[in-house]
Amino acid sequence: MSSARASTKGLGAMNGHSTHAAEGRFPAGRLAFPHRDLTGIGQLARHEILYLLAEAEQWVELNRQRSKHCDLLSGLTIINAFFENSTRTLLSFEIAGKRLGADVVNMQAATSSVKKGETLIDTAITLNAMRADAIVIRHGSSGATRLIADMVDCPVLNAGDGSHEHPTQGLLDALALRHKLAELGHTAEDFTGLKVVICGDILHSRVARSNILCLTALGAEVRVCAPPALMPAGIEAMGVHVFHDFDAALAGAEVVMMLRLQQERMAGQFIPSAREYRHLYGLTAKRLSRASEDAIIMHPGPMNRGVEIDSEVADLAGRSIITAQVEMGVAIRMACLDVLTRPARGVEGWAA
Amino acid sequence: MKQARPLTITGGQIVTPGGLVTGAVRCVGGEIAAVGAGVAAEGGDEVIEARGKLIAPGLVDLGVFAIDKPAFHFGGITRAALMPDQSPPLDYPSRINFIAKSGKPDLWVHPLAAATRALEGRELAEIALMKDAGARGIATGRRWIADSGVMLRLLQYAAMLDLVVVSHAEDAALVGEAAATAGEIATRFGLPAAPAEAEALAIARDLALAQLAGARLHIRQVTTARGFEMVREAKARGASVTCGITPAHFMLSDLATADFRTFMRLSPPLRAESDRQAALAAIADGVVDVIASGHDPKGPEDKRLPFADAAPGIAGAETLLAMVLGLVRDGVIDCPRAFDLMARNPAQVLGVDAGELAPGLEADIAIIDPDAPWIIDRRKMAATADNTPFDRQGTQGRVTALFKGGVAI
Repeated sequence: MSSARASTKGLGAMNGHSTHAAEGRFPAGRLAFPHRDLTGIGQLARHEILYLLAEAEQWVELNRQRSKHCDLLSGLTIINAFFENSTRTLLSFEIAGKRLGADVVNMQAATSSVKKGETLIDTAITLNAMRADAIVIRHGSSGATRLIADMVDCPVLNAGDGSHEHPTQGLLDALALRHKLAELGHTAEDFTGLKVVICGDILHSRVARSNILCLTALGAEVRVCAPPALMPAGIEAMGVHVFHDFDAALAGAEVVMMLRLQQERMAGQFIPSAREYRHLYGLTAKRLSRASEDAIIMHPGPMNRGVEIDSEVADLAGRSIITAQVEMGVAIRMACLDVLTRPARGVEGWAA
Repeated sequence: MKQARPLTITGGQIVTPGGLVTGAVRCVGGEIAAVGAGVAAEGGDEVIEARGKLIAPGLVDLGVFAIDKPAFHFGGITRAALMPDQSPPLDYPSRINFIAKSGKPDLWVHPLAAATRALEGRELAEIALMKDAGARGIATGRRWIADSGVMLRLLQYAAMLDLVVVSHAEDAALVGEAAATAGEIATRFGLPAAPAEAEALAIARDLALAQLAGARLHIRQVTTARGFEMVREAKARGASVTCGITPAHFMLSDLATADFRTFMRLSPPLRAESDRQAALAAIADGVVDVIASGHDPKGPEDKRLPFADAAPGIAGAETLLAMVLGLVRDGVIDCPRAFDLMARNPAQVLGVDAGELAPGLEADIAIIDPDAPWIIDRRKMAATADNTPFDRQGTQGRVTALFKGGVAI
């Protein structure tokens, strides 16, 4: 721990972390990340999360160069199978694959047009028969990614399954947060003691679940805040503090993570109106003043400006890291694709 | 097939409501002629030696979703009450008539009439005509009747016809599309969930309406602590209510649904561990009247899906007996009570002359080795589908011979 702390004084030091620089810090070869798939943060140990974050640093660096390309995954085929509409995540995965030199194919099949069931299984079998080297899946049902992973022979990455998990989002949020903290002079590689508020539709949010798991694994003190109808039962068991009063949740918070109000998932009427939601849970400049002085503002996007977050807060220079989250997304996805394809690429020490 | 020759099963432990009796059972003309220690085979009888095993009534399975003879016979089930949730639903006298005859001679199927047309919960079906066609009760189906006015009229009608109403106790509006019980597991896995109180709400209403109508109510599955408490209170008041459960709800809690195992997808969903403990207590203290298999075989097209999209239900006919004998071994209940739960009580609810070894009743008899060990293996199941939640679990208790109307199956 102490040596790692010393070596992470700032961005410069972090950027030096590559497979070689991380040597000694993490278990050797495949022991650092012994999973075939990435279906959830829930399957990862703390050091495996830190390993993926460390691996992503080199890609953050590369993505800031003029030439953003390497041929690491040259010749591999990555299929992005999205059964739910997505623009940002799909784009992020596509860019990540392409920058690593892989052949990336996108398959968008909106759930409405696909009869769920056979189609999902058959699609998985079809993709497998086409000899994909990695499959990225987004699906509207919790557990769908795991189901497909059990039926194919290549690594599967979860790009969001129902209300279950969105692991790359949890990782990219951790990476963006760590960069910001380093900029502010924090030296730790994890978030021990950091007070984070996650506010919004916790019930339907896979982003919230992945973030809760990731942040608590890295030592943060997580508070979740939502109206009672959008707060899942028994969430305390995930090691978080439950709030319904946003002002109380914000007191002393060092990070405020706002979630999108997912109106398409609201089967019944969970909240009376967007206006009323903003009244109680909207992050306004006034409310933000209740948090700690230099509290960091995060949002997984896309934002409903004027509902869960006001524009002046979302764009607050020096405090909002919403665009940095998007940037880190590409790096994290590159790291995941690299790490998960190592056994297939025959990287030394990574034989399955 | 009619029994041609008298049959005497000797040298077994006879399961009677009063206790185990060493002796013989003699069957003549499809009926039980004599039971007890002093009974002996007469000249010309076919004699079967039970070799100290249990001689028990054939099981009466109250509330199955499919007629699956190989599975029923494996499990010692000689009568099954079929839920109206068929395709097409059992809401028409001729369908009831057909189903009532479909299992004979080696399995008697007692159809339960659909309470409402197409099981939609709106208009009453032709219940009196279905009763004449062979319906032994009325069932609301897999779902609750949400409209209290319809439910009251149904119960009044059922009381007039002296038919039991078999209800499903889950408040439909509260449950919605839920696939799990609200709690830590559903939250961690992001499953659509409803609070366990959905059951208590439904039971409270149905008990009140049944009392108002003077009807007999059988709640097919009670699965929560609060639900058992309400049935316990109603029985203490003298209400005409009975309730049942299936083994999954006293064997498993929602922890089993972790990792999206769709064979654990049930309706109602698996509950918290505290509810499972309450179920065991309710079985022990007599609140639970019936343990049924809930047999509902589902193939991969219904089960190899994401958890919330998969169909609920388990193939339970083969494992019912072994799971209930497990309760006997664990000291929750004694052996006679086990067969009250699986045979005598369900026969009484349905009003059929069976479920007990007594002179004059149908000679539906199972010879059971209660200690025979076996491993539940879904690759070797007799049922039409392999969706058992108990796969690869070791268990004890097997049927070694089964007789329907005095004829070996």
